Amino acid sequence: MNTGLGEATDIIGILVSVIFVSAMLIWVERRLLAVWQDRLGPNRVGPLGLMQVVADMIKMFFKEDWIPPFADKLVFVLAPTIVFITMLTGFAVIPFAPGLGIIDFNFGLLYFLALSSLSVYSIVLAGYASNNKYSLLGGLRAAAQTVSYEVFMGISIMGVVMLSGTFNLREIVEAQRDVWFIIPQFFGFIIFLIAIIAESRRAPLDLPEAEQELVGGFHTEYSGMKFGMFFVGEYLGITLSSAIIVTLFFGGWLGPWLPPLAWFCLKTAIGIMFFILLRGGLPRPRYDQLMAFGWKVLLPAGLLNLLVTGAMVLSLQG
Amino acid sequence: MGICTLANSAGMTDIPAAAPQIVSELTERIGLNDFTIQPTRDGITTIWIPKQNLRAVLRYLKSQTVSPYALLFDLTAIDERMRTHRQALPDSAFTVVYHLLSFDRNEDIRLKVALDETGLSLPTVSDIWPSANWYEREVWDMFGIVFEGHPHLRRIIMPPTWKGHPLRKDHYARATEMEPFTLPDELQEIEQDALRFVPEDWGMRRQSDQSDFMFLNLGPNHPSVHGAFRIALQLDGEEIIDALPDIGYHHRGAEKMGERQSWHTYIPYTDRVDYLGGSMNNLPYVLAVEQLAGIEVPERAKVIRVMICELYRLASHLLFYGTFAQDVGQMSPIFYMFIDREKVFDILESISGARMHSSFFRIGGVAMDLPRGWDKRIREFVDYLPARLDHYDKMVMNNSTLKRRTQGIGAYTTAEAIDWSATGANLRATGFEWDYRKERPYSGYENYEFEIPTGTHGDCYDRCAVRVEEMRQSLRIIKQCLDNMPEGPYKAFHPLTTPPPKARTLHDIETLIQHFLNVSWGPVIPAGESCVTIEATKGLNAYYLTSDGGTLSYRTRIRTPSFPHLQMIPMMCRGMMVADLIAILASIDFVMADVDR
Repeated sequence: MNTGLGEATDIIGILVSVIFVSAMLIWVERRLLAVWQDRLGPNRVGPLGLMQVVADMIKMFFKEDWIPPFADKLVFVLAPTIVFITMLTGFAVIPFAPGLGIIDFNFGLLYFLALSSLSVYSIVLAGYASNNKYSLLGGLRAAAQTVSYEVFMGISIMGVVMLSGTFNLREIVEAQRDVWFIIPQFFGFIIFLIAIIAESRRAPLDLPEAEQELVGGFHTEYSGMKFGMFFVGEYLGITLSSAIIVTLFFGGWLGPWLPPLAWFCLKTAIGIMFFILLRGGLPRPRYDQLMAFGWKVLLPAGLLNLLVTGAMVLSLQG
Repeated sequence: MGICTLANSAGMTDIPAAAPQIVSELTERIGLNDFTIQPTRDGITTIWIPKQNLRAVLRYLKSQTVSPYALLFDLTAIDERMRTHRQALPDSAFTVVYHLLSFDRNEDIRLKVALDETGLSLPTVSDIWPSANWYEREVWDMFGIVFEGHPHLRRIIMPPTWKGHPLRKDHYARATEMEPFTLPDELQEIEQDALRFVPEDWGMRRQSDQSDFMFLNLGPNHPSVHGAFRIALQLDGEEIIDALPDIGYHHRGAEKMGERQSWHTYIPYTDRVDYLGGSMNNLPYVLAVEQLAGIEVPERAKVIRVMICELYRLASHLLFYGTFAQDVGQMSPIFYMFIDREKVFDILESISGARMHSSFFRIGGVAMDLPRGWDKRIREFVDYLPARLDHYDKMVMNNSTLKRRTQGIGAYTTAEAIDWSATGANLRATGFEWDYRKERPYSGYENYEFEIPTGTHGDCYDRCAVRVEEMRQSLRIIKQCLDNMPEGPYKAFHPLTTPPPKARTLHDIETLIQHFLNVSWGPVIPAGESCVTIEATKGLNAYYLTSDGGTLSYRTRIRTPSFPHLQMIPMMCRGMMVADLIAILASIDFVMADVDR
């Protein structure tokens, strides 16, 4: 298996369904949170409130396309597109099922890491270009948080790479035929999970946004479709994160009885719901606490995990 | 004028000065000779002292006497120029009133300084009590009395561009007394410019040797300031160097309105002072009016009042609890707590017909008797809430992230808290066990069994923990109200009870006339002064009423707990992060209506 592009129909199908799913997540998140918080959530537009997404979209499209006069206009407009594009292109390497995917190449995992790092530019530039003190603080927090947690994210998945001996995501899935990597790599999984929440800036690690502190953080000045890009970009991020967690630790499409694609979608859906549940459940740590936790706990833990995994792999081979 | 004779014939006598011992001590120790003792209805020792003795007396009372008067409870003023019933009081155009509270003696003292119109100035006491800073600014703002030596004597409640001093008797009270208001562009520019924060005005530097500071304008519209409230922050990165709270955006002139509403029709205004406390705000007001009028409230009314107050305390604390969790980034608890709060409001609605602002208390009792089957819902609720509170303990108070966010944050000691006039749960969180309901029971609180929860560290976490435990105690009190609700009238049989008892109106013309006048004009409350304090949801809330023997109050002073609490913010947040400030704000438990009135 070397670099190979999927069928054109597959590619279009995947991109469209990924965007569709991400948009629908707006409704899913609001309804799920509502259920967990003893409320109803959006239930007025269409059956079960499903058309809420359409209503939200219409609202966003028809809002005034406002750029604050004090903003750096070009960067201000470009910033939201970056998160959208990087998250979307991230899906290129996800192996949805055997033979179903956009591109299949040997450094799929590195490609994912690279794109997820690129997405931080979106936040930092948005924070800078808004020329607003709250946005600036949000941008600063985003830069520090994402850059740090990338390190732990990279380290935490090296265990998986060691066990499977490849960066190719399809081969990583295949390597989990006997046992999902969540079992031998449990600590790696925990670190990766925390890091990817920080990386996707979701509550409870939504410090760059932190409504109660920074109003809206990096997107305080954004409205209309430019805000919508951040919004959908965040949901794309959740979907991508869940998909990658499933691929790396939960055996991807593998599973009995059901077709492989169904397994993949099911597992990803559970991952997404977990992200939403986390948001509903936990308070937000303070910025310096988050950084201290990363460097003082996650980094040594990640390195230790790497060391133990390496020793195990060596002893098994030897 | 039958009504007046009737009211005055109620035979109210002022309680003569009860504690001349402290007065003779003052004479001995600091040579206070020229003073007048004023008898008052509330029995608080009230001494008129000359201006030149003021600082010496206050300093003596605060720190030199045995069992000192450590807390500056209130500092306010009265425009005396229109007052007719002054009996033997010293001549005065404006009187500044210092109300001190002694925890050790469990008694108060009120010092008054007379000022004539040509010399409206006094030495500041903001170096003796840091909390006097804002009170003096308020008195300057409202009355135009200058405090010499005050570090920043400028408007605090009214806009900086305001002309005149609103609580003076010659200042208009209604918009209709003025030309219609317009706001042309130039004027708007001026108004906006006046609100601009200039660090130099407040003695703040723009940079240090190491870095340039950022000035962040937090509010008046910000998700975490709980209303219209603004804090200007001086930041080094995300670390707070200094903070400057700016209040007054929620000012509605509640004290001024007190001077144009009849005693009875002012009750609904009080509900809106601490708008989360509902009818609990009525209580100090009606108690003060009853004290002036000499009305003895029947037992049933007292128990109903206590029960309603504790229900409102629950409602207020539940909202505090939820927003506290929310402000440290926990999203869900507030929704659960709102559901419980709804249940409290359902109960209050079935009793009074209203939810948040039920204005249920009346001069002499309550508005109506409890409805049939009133106890069912309350009993259900009292059984339901404890399990929920236990659940919240697990969710919120035992959450390790929340603990890390709030423990050791915004801490102060008992001494600091008293210096800054902190009261209520914010004072008890430092480990100081002092609850007005226990120390000076009102409305029959001496008959209930409950404990006073205290904290130990005086930090954000303890402030929340104290309130959580207070909810359990409130439930206990409500349960005792349920089990021991006495039979009998819900309103006193007294000519000044409003609306007056109606039973005899169709039997004799005097009662009919009396009823008619009390309802149409409002009751005439005998001249005198009275201050009643209660343990409100957020701390000590007091109404200091001055009656000139008419249908309107001569001066209504509302002492609210949130006002001094907000003044502590800079002290609490220096050296902390922005996120800590949000936790501190949440833990203070304030509403801006309670600050600005």
